[in-house]
Amino acid sequence: MTDFSRRAVLAGGAALLATPGLAQPRWPARPVQLLCPWAAGGGTDAVLRMIGILLEKELGQPFNVVNRTGGSGVVGHAAISQAQPDGYTLGMITAEICMLHWQGLTEITYRNYTPLSLVNNDAPGVTVNSNSPYRDVKALADAIKASRPGQLKASGTGQGGIWHLALAGWLNAMGLKADHVRWVPSNGAAPAMQDLAAGGLDFTTCSIPEARAMLDANRARALAVMAPARVTAFPAIPTLKEAMGVDYNTGAWRGIAGPPGLPAAVVQTMEVALDKVFKSKEYQDFLLARGFGAVYENAAGFATHLAAADISLGNSMKEAGLAKS
Amino acid sequence: MQDLFEGVRLVLAWDVLIAVLASAIYGLVVGSLPGLSATMATALLVPVTFYLSPIAAIATIITASAMAIFSGDIPGCLLRIPGTPASAAYTDEAYAMTRKGQAELALGAGLWFSAIGGIVGTISLVLMAPLLAEMALSFSTYEYFWLAFLGLMCATLVARSSPIKAIASMLLGLLFACIGMENPAGTPRFVFGITDLLGGIEPIPALVGVFAVSEVMRAMVTPEPPKLPDRKFGSILAGQWALTKKYQWPMWRGNIVGIIIGVLPGAGADMAAWVSYAMSKKWSKEPEKFGTGHVEGLVEAGASNNASLASGWVPALLFGIPGDTITAIAIGVLYMKGLNPGPTLFTERASSMYALYIIFVLANIIMIPLGILMIRLASKILKAPRSAVMPVIILLCAVGSYATGANLFSVLLVGVFGIVGYVMERNGYPVAALVLGIVMGSMVEQNFVTSLIKSDGSPLPFVERPVSAVLASLTLGALLWSAVVWVFNRARRLKATAAAR
Repeated sequence: MTDFSRRAVLAGGAALLATPGLAQPRWPARPVQLLCPWAAGGGTDAVLRMIGILLEKELGQPFNVVNRTGGSGVVGHAAISQAQPDGYTLGMITAEICMLHWQGLTEITYRNYTPLSLVNNDAPGVTVNSNSPYRDVKALADAIKASRPGQLKASGTGQGGIWHLALAGWLNAMGLKADHVRWVPSNGAAPAMQDLAAGGLDFTTCSIPEARAMLDANRARALAVMAPARVTAFPAIPTLKEAMGVDYNTGAWRGIAGPPGLPAAVVQTMEVALDKVFKSKEYQDFLLARGFGAVYENAAGFATHLAAADISLGNSMKEAGLAKS
Repeated sequence: MQDLFEGVRLVLAWDVLIAVLASAIYGLVVGSLPGLSATMATALLVPVTFYLSPIAAIATIITASAMAIFSGDIPGCLLRIPGTPASAAYTDEAYAMTRKGQAELALGAGLWFSAIGGIVGTISLVLMAPLLAEMALSFSTYEYFWLAFLGLMCATLVARSSPIKAIASMLLGLLFACIGMENPAGTPRFVFGITDLLGGIEPIPALVGVFAVSEVMRAMVTPEPPKLPDRKFGSILAGQWALTKKYQWPMWRGNIVGIIIGVLPGAGADMAAWVSYAMSKKWSKEPEKFGTGHVEGLVEAGASNNASLASGWVPALLFGIPGDTITAIAIGVLYMKGLNPGPTLFTERASSMYALYIIFVLANIIMIPLGILMIRLASKILKAPRSAVMPVIILLCAVGSYATGANLFSVLLVGVFGIVGYVMERNGYPVAALVLGIVMGSMVEQNFVTSLIKSDGSPLPFVERPVSAVLASLTLGALLWSAVVWVFNRARRLKATAAAR
């Protein structure tokens, strides 16, 4: 009798070990890991942690944010793309995924992901020192057109960073060469804003939330935002199209994605959950408080967005001489 | 005045007090784990602050960061693993004191002068915030270049060995700082096709490796030292008052230097500790004792790094410019909680500002009893046999470096730097200078190159602007002075040997 039951237990155990492929439990049956390619404390980390908390509320399992940093974002982006496609490792991909491969820094492109949804897009601004003679973006644009190449200086991030491309794209849209305004590389937006206030630069093209504190302190003035519509948190700042009739927009966008070949059940569940998370009061309040842009696309929309962004960022990089190939 | 009372009332709410206590314990524990920096401690707190009231949220960040910066001294002193980069400047000194059997004096000094530095820093925040912020805002890349360069010069001052060996290690550190693509050109350098090297060498794995792993390696090849006489761990605060009186000037100098460095955006507690330790040695009456377990440098640098922590909030609160990485996170939380940084915070939300000041003082006061408790617990390590402690250290090094980026590569880096550190120490090259080169290298390069881009290649603005002219003459003066002293000493020594013949 004891012998029989022991055998039964063993057999049952073996059967249990063999079945997970057959009887698939509802996803998520255990905690999910959300990889963040950038360091703790930054903007991407803040957005992803907020989403993690809200997803946990929605789906009843913890969504733990893990900062997989290093290699200027390459390491974390690669880790998301190469994760086991079982739905238990997802992550946040940022605009850099459509830039790094043009620079020849990685083989991975947006095609190596299952896009789930776009949850945020911070548009670049055009910001000048509060003592600057340029009252509006038209005056600045005229000054740029009249200047010698390299005479005016702008900053906002490192060489080849997203705000550098924003400047290059804007200059192109005005019919100028991408390096007509000299780019001063900086270690992120904060030092650039500091240097703008200290009088070392003519203007910056970092995002409005990054410029916000200097704007509030009346040290800087935002002339325009490179977005299709005004940003909710900053309704007084006109778009480029309104202010000077140039229809150019870009941004540092962030979205949730997983490795390629994610099960359809995971994609569907996440799509519904992320839609609810994005529309939730908590998330909207969070975006408004931080000044982050509330832009949303579902899985299909995010895929279209990625393809378009890859081409437009690639073009800007080629124009600015930043792309390899 | 009414705002002050309102501020007191805000702080005395039970949720704020609990938040302060809990985050104090949390900060002490995280700071004492090697590799987990005060920045990391703060970042991990952010999701918790979502659920707290605005004042309680800010209170957790202030308290946890202050505690973490102090408690980083504990493993540095007992095991030669700096708990946070801010302790790296005087880790060697504190460890030398432990080996002399003065662990309680070293840790007590760390605790006592951290608390004093924190409180003096807070007073500066209250009194001089607008003035200091104005000064910091006029600094452009030219001024930052000289500041960073001045920081590099500290390499020759902190070292006990010959200045030539110190400069050699510093240059090796600068070479490591060249790795990666985080440079002004955004071009990968020295990466050899390794993706993990693109982001460059992070300071934390480097300093954990050169300090801690090399120490374990040294312990493996040397015979076990005679067991310390089993004695009661002495009183921690005894003698601190005498030290305060004896080293009053170094203490004030540390406080003031810490405050100034904290106010400057981008230069935080790490730099404050380095500069203060170097100054302490420079102006000390007995510089020859430095490096042998002399408490004077601990007094000055320990006060300095905590003072910089408080004054780092000045540009953060007034202009939303982070004074260091901790305030960078704090700014995000301030926005989340509707306490938007800016001049209006001081006028329209004055009561909240007073509450913030009170929390700073409170955190630095409760640091003393809680710190004593933490030191008592940690001091048990000294009694454990070496064969048990060393493997645990290696484990902590691995876990700590992995935690910074969830990346196995950092663990590998720790090992590599352990070997580098061991070889350097065996040959008399100071590892502290290497770490300084890694930490300051990118700052020197970044500011130098961007300055030249802005001036279209002209070097004039480096000496033309009034503040940069002052900083330039300071730097060059220090450089020339050391050279003159060195030549003079050498000439005298040569003469002495000639005479002896």
